[in-house]
Amino acid sequence: MKLSRINELKDIARNIRLGALEGVYNAKSGHPGGSLSIADILAYLYFEEMNVDPKNPKWEDRDRFVLSKGHTAPALYAALAEKGFFDKSQLKTLRKVDSFLQGHPDMKNTPGVDMSTGSLGMGISAACGMALSAKVDGKNYRVYTIVGDGESEEGQVWEASMFASHYKLDNLCVIIDFNGLQIDGPVTEVMNPTPFDKKLEAFGYNVITIDGHDFEQIEAAFEAAKACKGKPTAIISKSVKGKGVSFMENNVSWHGSAPNAEQFEQAKAELNA
Amino acid sequence: MINYEKKATREAYGEALAELGDKYDFVVLDADLAAATKTGVFKKKFPDRFFNCGIAEGNMMSVAAGIAATGKAVFASSFAMFAAGRAFEQIRNSIGYPHLPVKIGATHAGITVGEDGATHQCLEDIAIMRTIPGMTIINPADAIEARAAVEAVINYNEPVYMRFGRFATPVFNVNADYKFEIGKGVNLAEGKDVTIVATGLMVSMALEAREILASEGIDARVINIHTIKPIDRDIIIDAAKKTGAIVTAEEHNIIGGLGSAVAEVVGEACPVPVLRVGTNDCFGRSGTVPALLEAYGLTPAALVAKAKEAVSLKK
Repeated sequence: MKLSRINELKDIARNIRLGALEGVYNAKSGHPGGSLSIADILAYLYFEEMNVDPKNPKWEDRDRFVLSKGHTAPALYAALAEKGFFDKSQLKTLRKVDSFLQGHPDMKNTPGVDMSTGSLGMGISAACGMALSAKVDGKNYRVYTIVGDGESEEGQVWEASMFASHYKLDNLCVIIDFNGLQIDGPVTEVMNPTPFDKKLEAFGYNVITIDGHDFEQIEAAFEAAKACKGKPTAIISKSVKGKGVSFMENNVSWHGSAPNAEQFEQAKAELNA
Repeated sequence: MINYEKKATREAYGEALAELGDKYDFVVLDADLAAATKTGVFKKKFPDRFFNCGIAEGNMMSVAAGIAATGKAVFASSFAMFAAGRAFEQIRNSIGYPHLPVKIGATHAGITVGEDGATHQCLEDIAIMRTIPGMTIINPADAIEARAAVEAVINYNEPVYMRFGRFATPVFNVNADYKFEIGKGVNLAEGKDVTIVATGLMVSMALEAREILASEGIDARVINIHTIKPIDRDIIIDAAKKTGAIVTAEEHNIIGGLGSAVAEVVGEACPVPVLRVGTNDCFGRSGTVPALLEAYGLTPAALVAKAKEAVSLKK
């Protein structure tokens, strides 16, 4: 990837982070930590990888994206707004009573949202259903889903993984956002879901581990996923919870709390620096 | 009572899927129970459109939601206990909330599971499914109605929970003019003293009870409610107004099912006595089906006794 393109994607990822924080700040609630950890992956998916049309969000041959870790909707909304599915001015309506930007993704009312999610473990299964449907109909679209590392403690994630490899869903790409923290603390202390690589391999995935904030590694992983036939791909994206905002990085207290005005200003200043 | 041929509604479900697979484009999921739910009949004819999900009902429901989200018609099948029970939250959040038109085919509902006993006898599914906004619930009264219901829901753009039984029951909807309409109650027999509002296998028992009541001078109306949600308010209010007393009959807990749904309508629109026949807030147990129906009071005789009680409560 050209350095100029990497810099463009970094700008997009910064805007996604700013948009996510703007939403959470105005809502006075939400999940900033895990939104910031997936911003680079979302930037790559929506601006490099996926075949989608903001003017025709329900286009039937589009690639699909399912945010299985639905609580990080602020980042998804910011990515969709950045892509042009709706106006960026909507982001500050997050979680407000008349807004179409619900606390967790709502496919019925938000342009560009392909699946309603929020209850953990279900999104990856829905993504399997979409990938299976493409196979049945001989369609070429691909399906992407981001699963949280803590989310993988849900048994349904592994039920879905069995399903994905049993039906050879090579049009499915599961991204594990391995930021190491969940609400109650480090994932390895709450209920250790690791090692991800060995477990995912045992469940039949083509497994790729990357730095989830390095666009060259992200690009290489998605290219390898497309080249892999006969099995689904799992990308273990090692990431930093709260990435880009010094006081939020690797700090579990930012899993689900909003910055005050002063903190929001500092976060913006750091991201814009 | 005419001696009708007997057939389980689950048999009709599997046969209908196989028959209608030629005419309509849909896929079928099951969770390792295809031989019992009878989706195996479809699988045999259309192996490329059948997907076993293994013993993982929660995943199956969310997979079905994903398939429906791409615009494809899909049936997801298991026993009522593991569909409505085990996978409740997947149905609620993956199917109900986004209002995806998944068709849930839940077999082995009610006490007539028989010898397998309480863990497999789902007496709560209608109640559970009724609480999900926008969920349509259909409980066919016989094999003919089950087949008609399957065809009616294939391209119906709503989530639907369909309830089928394991046990062979009388196939009485044999009139040539039989017609199935989602959400419409069926007036099977007129009567002026009391109305028996029944669903599922209790409908044919209600017709038997009507004959016994007639011999004792009580004229009972019989209504078949195959669609429990949305319920046909008009036919229930009409029955309440014209007969002044109602008995409900269902193979389900009297809490939250047909009896509750009817009592809600009657209580709000036209208060008259509503007595409920069903299982009385208890679990099932092992036994032969006839023995269980007798033990839990799901018989024409029980309906007769309840109908008399309802008549005595009329003002």
